[in-house]
Amino acid sequence: MIAGSAVILSGVLGLIGYAFLNRDGLRDVPDRVWLIGGGVGFPMVVLTALLAWALPTGESMTGARGEVYEVQAEAYQWGWRFSYPDGAPGETGSEAGVLYIPAGEPVDVAVTAVDVIHAFWIPRLAGKIDAIPGQTTHLRIQADEPGEYRGQCAEFCGLGHAGMNFMVVAYAPGDTGAAGEGDER
Amino acid sequence: MSEQGTGRMTPIGLHRALDAIWRAPKGLAAFSTVNHSVVGRRFIVTAFVFFAIGGLMAMLMRAQLARPQNPFLGPEVYNQLFTLHGTVMMFLFAIPLIEGVALYLLPKLLGARDLAYPRLSAFGYWCYLFGGVAILASFVFGVAPDGGWFMYVPLASKAYSPGINADVWLLGVTFVEVSAICAAVEFVVTVLKVRTGGMALHRMPLMAWYLLITAAMMLVGFPPLILGSVLLEIERAFGWPFFAPDAGGAPLLWQHLFWLFGHPEVYIIFLPAAGVVSTLIPVFARTRIVGYAWIVAAIIALAFLSFGLWVHHMFTTGIPHLALAFFSAASTLVAIPTAVQIFAWTATLLKGRLHLSLPMLYLLGFFSVFIFGGLTGVMLAIVPFDWQVHDTHFVVAHLHYVLIGGFVFPMLAAVYYWLPLMTGRLPVFSVSRTAFWLIFIGFNTTFLVMHLTGLLGMPRRVFTYEAGLGWDLPNLISSFGGFVMAAGFAVFTLDLVLQFRFGRRFRRNPWKGTTLDWAMPTPAPSYNFAALPRVSSRDPLIDDPDLGAQLARGEGYLGRVRDGQMETLGVDMATGEPDQIIVLPQNDYLPILTALSLAIFFGCFLFGFYAFSPVGLGLAAVCVWRWLWSMGAKNDGEPEAAGLGLELPLYHSAARPPVWLGLIYFLVANGTFFASLLFGYLFLWTIAPNWPPPRMIEGGIGLAVLTASGLILSAVSAGRARALNASARPGRDLFQALAGIFSVLGGAGLVAILIMAAPPPTGHAYGAATAALLGYGFLHAGVGALFSAYAVARGQAGFISPVRATDARAPALWHAYTAVCALAGLVFVYGLPLAMGGGA
Ligand code: HEM
Ligand SMILES: [Cu+2]
Ligand SMILES: [Cu+2]
Repeated sequence: MIAGSAVILSGVLGLIGYAFLNRDGLRDVPDRVWLIGGGVGFPMVVLTALLAWALPTGESMTGARGEVYEVQAEAYQWGWRFSYPDGAPGETGSEAGVLYIPAGEPVDVAVTAVDVIHAFWIPRLAGKIDAIPGQTTHLRIQADEPGEYRGQCAEFCGLGHAGMNFMVVAYAPGDTGAAGEGDER
Repeated sequence: MSEQGTGRMTPIGLHRALDAIWRAPKGLAAFSTVNHSVVGRRFIVTAFVFFAIGGLMAMLMRAQLARPQNPFLGPEVYNQLFTLHGTVMMFLFAIPLIEGVALYLLPKLLGARDLAYPRLSAFGYWCYLFGGVAILASFVFGVAPDGGWFMYVPLASKAYSPGINADVWLLGVTFVEVSAICAAVEFVVTVLKVRTGGMALHRMPLMAWYLLITAAMMLVGFPPLILGSVLLEIERAFGWPFFAPDAGGAPLLWQHLFWLFGHPEVYIIFLPAAGVVSTLIPVFARTRIVGYAWIVAAIIALAFLSFGLWVHHMFTTGIPHLALAFFSAASTLVAIPTAVQIFAWTATLLKGRLHLSLPMLYLLGFFSVFIFGGLTGVMLAIVPFDWQVHDTHFVVAHLHYVLIGGFVFPMLAAVYYWLPLMTGRLPVFSVSRTAFWLIFIGFNTTFLVMHLTGLLGMPRRVFTYEAGLGWDLPNLISSFGGFVMAAGFAVFTLDLVLQFRFGRRFRRNPWKGTTLDWAMPTPAPSYNFAALPRVSSRDPLIDDPDLGAQLARGEGYLGRVRDGQMETLGVDMATGEPDQIIVLPQNDYLPILTALSLAIFFGCFLFGFYAFSPVGLGLAAVCVWRWLWSMGAKNDGEPEAAGLGLELPLYHSAARPPVWLGLIYFLVANGTFFASLLFGYLFLWTIAPNWPPPRMIEGGIGLAVLTASGLILSAVSAGRARALNASARPGRDLFQALAGIFSVLGGAGLVAILIMAAPPPTGHAYGAATAALLGYGFLHAGVGALFSAYAVARGQAGFISPVRATDARAPALWHAYTAVCALAGLVFVYGLPLAMGGGA
């Protein structure tokens, strides 16, 4: 996408630069070629291609719910609480800001907020989704490798916004060690 | 050739005579000035002062972000800074600068002597100034808004922003928006009605088309924001829970209302800048623009499309997939009209022979920066990508590429292009080029790397960040670039001062412009044209390079002074054939007095003296009454000679005087406001959590029927009064008085329903929204009653006749509008509970 943009940018700028040379080369191209070809035809082709690529990609990032492991994320000023289907790990104490997920499989996060709007975002795993009070939104994430991932609030939510981070711990299937007790998935 | 006077008058004599009546007064009387050049200049200068202040705030932010964990500013100050920076740049710099440019240029481009409503322009300026100063003053007292320039709720609600910070934003911005709505009405009417003879729509300069479409967009773009602000202020002041989810409110309603405004806003800012590009390119390429009709079609398409796009700011709020796909596709569609314009400009450049004069240099900056910003914009329209970079510094970078590239650069080009018209001097070149390169290089240094910072995951609106995330170096580079750019703007300012003091003088038309703005002596005289030209093409100065001198001799329309009056032409909207002589108002203190009255109203609200706020409204009503009273005449009068052998009626005896059109376009804006309110009502009902409400409206059906009949009768009576007047039969004032009385009764009925049948507005969003609908009707019934009272007084005083009919027609239109809205409101209030299976 970035390469494509660079080509378009330099193409148009090249034309304008050419105009400054005051050569006669393109002077006789009829107006209509520019307006219909460049103004309408060209963006149509590019955009159709772009959408054809993007819409299916967007679809796969959400997908049907219910079949996969689902965790709850609740945002508050200024922190995150996570809870799990079988009432498992990390719900209390200092682990409140840590989300445990199994690696190598898709996980749905059901996101909500108790006070103002926040946004749930793990830059390396997926896009972001708003956490809206009175409403639940869903995001599908997947960590291919076990490990730690940084997460943060991505919607301005007041004084503590900059520090509203959390940690995601993706554990290998079957390995519950780091994930705390009780989660047998 | 004009009949009277000019034969005996020399150009100098004519200039003196006209200048004597058009000249702006000095000293304290300057507060009464209404002349468009003066008011336009005030707008422009004030906007640039706000730009400098907003820029200083940006410098403070960049200083803070230069290093990780920088102890320079805390989150309290940083949050106020980015909120104010965004607010100042969007509401106090960009929009007012456009208004100022349009105020200054439109009459000159259209071959007129002023805009349709000079006093309204002055009023708009004072509203802008008072609102803007209030917003900035709050920063000095440490209570500036701190919720971000789009003020999302619930963060901006009372519970999470208890101070007056948010009220400053809501009231200050609404005050400034009053001026935007006034400007929009004024520009639409001016472009459509106040042109010179022969300037049919298809002969208007492109800049006028751009400003017409911009103004039309403002007319329907701003009301949703004003509605949102009003509702939120009511929630904060009186506890009506429109946006509080635990009481049935919807935080997302605010986002919809805000972006219904906010997305078109970006195009409102961009279009006039594109107009500058379309104007300058053919001049500097020494050729005519390629694809005039294509460009007009493209900007109209852009205007429509931009209203279908607001949801793309809400891609991360969990809205349904189908909607996402639709808005994603629609968002990319805007690339087409933009591309049409870009290729029309490119083709023009390729056709012509150009050299790199100073305004062109800025346009080159525009091309490179804006096209880049547009491409990152297309990326953002793609949903999966947006999820990734939404609310990161990538978006901050994109937005500045579009705003600075697409708006600031063309506006700087415009400054260099049109400043000679204001000063009569040409710039001192070398300094100007230094300024350009500093700004251009500084800009790209700041914001190009910022894309990377965002891709690396740095969220926007954070006052600091941890070291070691890879964000340190790009931030340092951005801050460095920011200071280079600031230096560039300092040199730019210096250059303007130099140009004022030492610029080279010239006679006429230094750039060989082809439009009427260059058919006048420089510096532009207070009355613009000593006579208004008859035009027969898009480029009058190509047809006749000597046109300016002819006009100065008084050869054209209205090349005279008649009874010390300020005259300009009114034309048929499509063909541009003159159909009336518009007599413009003299300087007047009413605009500033009206604005001061509104300031009292807003001030009372800000400081919580709600009981006193009606005083401000009452004073404003008195001012408006006197304002309207000063127009018109007590007898029909004969058609007057208008020059070039033409006889024309005066405006008050014309079929479509500007005031009448103004009322229509005001009602368009008002109707958009009401439609947004209905949208909000439905949205709450269908989307908000915690519905249905504990109690719905109960009983009062009979009362509702009576109320509706009252308001319909009022519309019918006012219509009858109008018809009686038109056919010169007796009873006009009697029916007008009846209309007023029915209006009062209808308004009382609405209040009675609210008190007796509806649940209290404070308990649940249902009650709040119901009260808002009924309250809207009540307000309009009240204004309608005043309107009728005014019309009766005017009738008794002899201002109304079958020919001078505006004062009889206007109330009829108002009452009809009120009746329709109140009926729709009552249908919603009583119908929805039935339809949705509620109580009633
Ligand atoms: C003069 C050079 C400018 C610099 C160095 C600059 C810098 C910045 C910075 C650092 C931010 C805040 C980033 C964050 O923490 O989220 C920002 C936000 C913003 N800027 Fe600028 N800016 C400049 C000019 C402009 C102009 C000319 C406009 C509009 C015409 C503008 C409109 C905005 C807006 C709307 C925001 C978002 C505010 C918010 O998040 O609420 N800026 N700018
Ligand atoms: Cu948050
Ligand atoms: Cu946050």
